[in-house]
Amino acid sequence: MIRLSTIERVFLVGDEEVHALRGVNLGINAGEYLSIMGPSGSGKSSLLNILGLLDRPNSGRYELDGRDVTGLGDDELARVRREKIGFVFQFFHLVPRLTAEQNIELPMVLAGIDPAERRQRLNKLLAEYGLEDRARHRPDQLSGGQCQRVAIARAMSMQPRIILADEPTGNLDRNTGQEVMALLEKLHADGGTLVVVTHDNELGSRAKRRIRIVDGQIVGDDSGT
Amino acid sequence: MRFADILNFAWQVVRGSRSRTALILLAMGIGVAAVVIVSSLGEGARRYVLDQFGSLGTNLLIVLPGRSETAGGAPGFIVGKTPRSITIDDAIALTRSHSVKRFAPLIIGTGDARWNSKNREVPVLGTTADYIQVRHMEMAQGHFLPEGDPHHAEPVCVVGMLVRRELFGAQEALGEWLRIGDRRFRVVGVLAPQGQSLGFNTDELVMVPLASAQALFNTDSLFRILVEAKGRERVPDAREDVLEIIKTRHEGERDITVITQDAVLATFDRILRALTLAVGGIAAISLGVAGILIMNVMLISVSQRRKEIGLLKAIGATSGEVKMIFFTEAVILALGGAVMGLLVGKLGQMAIGQLYPAIPFSPPWWALIAAPLTAIITSILLSVAPARRAAQLDPVQALSRR
Repeated sequence: MIRLSTIERVFLVGDEEVHALRGVNLGINAGEYLSIMGPSGSGKSSLLNILGLLDRPNSGRYELDGRDVTGLGDDELARVRREKIGFVFQFFHLVPRLTAEQNIELPMVLAGIDPAERRQRLNKLLAEYGLEDRARHRPDQLSGGQCQRVAIARAMSMQPRIILADEPTGNLDRNTGQEVMALLEKLHADGGTLVVVTHDNELGSRAKRRIRIVDGQIVGDDSGT
Repeated sequence: MRFADILNFAWQVVRGSRSRTALILLAMGIGVAAVVIVSSLGEGARRYVLDQFGSLGTNLLIVLPGRSETAGGAPGFIVGKTPRSITIDDAIALTRSHSVKRFAPLIIGTGDARWNSKNREVPVLGTTADYIQVRHMEMAQGHFLPEGDPHHAEPVCVVGMLVRRELFGAQEALGEWLRIGDRRFRVVGVLAPQGQSLGFNTDELVMVPLASAQALFNTDSLFRILVEAKGRERVPDAREDVLEIIKTRHEGERDITVITQDAVLATFDRILRALTLAVGGIAAISLGVAGILIMNVMLISVSQRRKEIGLLKAIGATSGEVKMIFFTEAVILALGGAVMGLLVGKLGQMAIGQLYPAIPFSPPWWALIAAPLTAIITSILLSVAPARRAAQLDPVQALSRR
């Protein structure tokens, strides 16, 4: 489903070139659950950004569903993201002036989905994530766990096949973190492809396949249980 | 993204940040209102002046001695030569034209009007019976100067309201003998108040028959002849006829000037319109300032909402959609400001109208269109840059900052 070959990503920091990713090769099959782990600055976020089509590699090739997406234009990338990828961020990134349900609805609004259809999916998502009585609250009236549930519901609203989660529990206490992980893992159990980026070994080890990345290179790819 | 959704999204932002919205609406509103009010002042002045002239009657031609335009001929031939005067017989001859309905010759001077012990210096106007029709005046009491041979000096007079009040007070003026200079005139009528017209206040006039005025001021020549054409469209014909008739009577020399109402009106109209346009334009500068304010606020908004923009992009907004969102926001603000400005401007204009009821204040149609249009267009042009900046934001960077 996802095939990265010899991905290079170089940032220019001042006069210095920083190699965030060096010749990364990675294949991910549909329905996999994998974690990407590594110390901070190891390039795991850069990898996630490239997987999520938010960023483009300097060289290398990225195939998504058999299609080369390396050379696509910005608008085309936005469309692919909208259709296929759901993001869950560490800092939730909810729009503060919109209510929970408006935040969840946002990707569908951007995709131009018919309001009646939107409403229907929205009700389903609210029920699924236990947010019915919080639907009209704004993010500042929600707890961290509720915010992340809203963010996950938002990521799922376009029914993407890939979920990319960047430190999804990084800003939550332990119990809530467990709940959120359970939700994400349920998405995987329902057939979705789940990629979790974390520096937390305990969290990372929950995944069936564990990628370890150091200094922009994949140093471990462990599929054992 | 559906248009309704873009509108709704932008509306949420506009509604969400009230003080910011209020500030922009205020700036935009003041700009538009300024243009509307200032241009209605100008337009009011223009209409006031036109009404003043219009009160003369639109079919009117004014004939005056002398030529104001010198075309051709050696300078020495004209300079130093006093123009031939116009006489009452010249005026009577004008009725030969088929385009002339009636005429009123005029002689103007000042005289000492005395009644009993009271006396007042008044402008004295010598004319004929048709004057009242030519000038569309009304009588308050009695009747106007009698019809008849204009060469005949009848000892009667008609007084203006002010003269009546000041000389006669509460007493009946009709039938009284008024002494002007060394002559006595019986008051046969009182003019209804007309107010100011062409620099004359008819309320303080005393009118006597033409021949009496000629004797009073010891002159044969007329100050003006007011000629009324048979209709507005006949005015050019009448003008030609008048010039032709006088030319024949003055041994082939065209030594008079004919002013038509339309020419005077057109000149004033042009001047005052240009003036209104100029002050309106100056007021429009504030619209430019308001546009820049919108641009500024939008730029701030873009940097404040970096994270939101990054998120929108991450969840699938194209650059075009992001641009559209910010653009729509600016347009909503500009539209709101324009509507508010029109309302405030209208109110302001009505308030000034209350203070000066005599002057017909109302905004000219072009200001009502141009002011909001300028407001909207400047905001749209100036919000292109902020919207583009938002659209070009890199989602990775926008999201990584906290």
